[in-house]
Amino acid sequence: MTSKAEDILDGMEEDDDELTMPDEGLSDIRITTSFELQLPGEEEGSASFEIIGEDHTLGNALRYIIMKKWVRNFGFWVPDPEVEFCGYSIPHPSEDKMNIRIQIYPEYWEQTRPYDALMKGLDDLGDLCDHITHAFKEARDKFVELGDGSEQG
Amino acid sequence: MPAATNRRNIVGVNAETVTNVSSTDFPGHWPGEDHSWSVKHFRRTFKVKFYRNTPLLSQFDLIHTDAAIANTLRRIMIAEVPTLAIESVYVSNNTSIIQDEVLAHRLGLIPLRGDKDALKGLSWYLRGEDATPREPTDEDTIVLHLKKTCERNPDAKKTDTDPDKLYINHNVYASDMVFEPAGRQIKSFARDPVRAANPDVLIAKLRPGQEVDLTMHCVKGIGQDHAKFSPVATASYRLLPDIRIKKPIRGKAAERFAACFPKGVIAVREGRDGEKEAVVDNARNDTVSREVLRHDEFRGMVELGRVRDHFIFSVESTGQFDADEIFLSAVGTLKAKTINLKRDIYKMLQKQALDAKRAREAENPDVDEGDAMDTQ
Repeated sequence: MTSKAEDILDGMEEDDDELTMPDEGLSDIRITTSFELQLPGEEEGSASFEIIGEDHTLGNALRYIIMKKWVRNFGFWVPDPEVEFCGYSIPHPSEDKMNIRIQIYPEYWEQTRPYDALMKGLDDLGDLCDHITHAFKEARDKFVELGDGSEQG
Repeated sequence: MPAATNRRNIVGVNAETVTNVSSTDFPGHWPGEDHSWSVKHFRRTFKVKFYRNTPLLSQFDLIHTDAAIANTLRRIMIAEVPTLAIESVYVSNNTSIIQDEVLAHRLGLIPLRGDKDALKGLSWYLRGEDATPREPTDEDTIVLHLKKTCERNPDAKKTDTDPDKLYINHNVYASDMVFEPAGRQIKSFARDPVRAANPDVLIAKLRPGQEVDLTMHCVKGIGQDHAKFSPVATASYRLLPDIRIKKPIRGKAAERFAACFPKGVIAVREGRDGEKEAVVDNARNDTVSREVLRHDEFRGMVELGRVRDHFIFSVESTGQFDADEIFLSAVGTLKAKTINLKRDIYKMLQKQALDAKRAREAENPDVDEGDAMDTQ
């Protein structure tokens, strides 16, 4: 399991520019490392993550986007999902924790690990945010230009 | 889009039941169809449409996204977009009939406004783990003063009974709070000082001889911590209603049909043969009250529903930020969350890799045998 983490690190380039936060005060999200708390149920192709300081807000969006898991395009037309299961839970309302579980279909174990799926889900969610911001500003500016208050067709 | 694909997005609303409630646009549900996530596809299909944009109220539609995303943004607007609110009240004197703690609570809930850029530039006042609180600075704390003493009006007639004529300063309003800028705040809030968003909020009532004399510290916080920090009065969405008339409804029945819906939803038009017919004019205004389903004469003639991926948002600001800006902050906050989490996953993996390396070194001591010899 630990060697897996090393593999991923090798394949990952640290992008410090991207990781600078606009608002440091919100950086309250922490993943417990396996050493602090080993979440049970980890095996090849499946894992659970405990995220501290998050709730349904991120949990459901992340679950949605990971369940919509991408397929690497090999030129075949028939799409085939890689993620077999992704779910989240709030184990107890008085604990500031959110658990997210990811399982990969066995066919994809070699190329995709739960970490990858989680990282990809976060990337996708970021892309989605960027486009929503863009589309929202565009629509608003167009609306303001056309004159306020009235309905627009 | 073929009709069948289109109907997939309609949640059926029957008299007593709902049908087709879950979204099915994920991979593996429809044979031969690709519903995996693609930014390109999202860019092509996702639409925003504005209906109203005032500082205090924004109404817009998000079209072709999922409830998971819409709900996340709604939740972030309510609970995680930071605003400024009164956090500590230092009471020098309070002889009014309102108790100190009740007064402090009332003050906390008053929406504030001020220079938006300067407010966004404020840093967090973090109390930390220490028993003694950290010293507030001009970067994280706004100080307001409120001092008002009630007196008898010497010019009042003996016959007056109206408190407005009898007393001076007997109402304490939110507009009586005075901003005391410190340090950098003198410059950053010069054009738009911190004040109550609604000046007419009545804080307390006084009688001659009573006085309130307070100093308030305002800090940045989020709605998750306390509702007073929530930037929105309401942020909600509903799904676009959908009305499908399956059989033509003509004549007098058309009028009765239209009466089952709010105004403007169903129009009664005159056909070529001069007969009246009911047509759907603006389903957006419908409340999906299902009134029409109670009438036997329209049985089987109409289908009610809601469009599952069409969200009609309504964001009402409390006055600190513009409603549309609050939505944009919410999207920004979600983006920041993903970046933070990615960074933390990276750190976690780094730590795991490091620990694994150490463990392996401990197992095979040959690598650092030289060091071991030295220490001996």
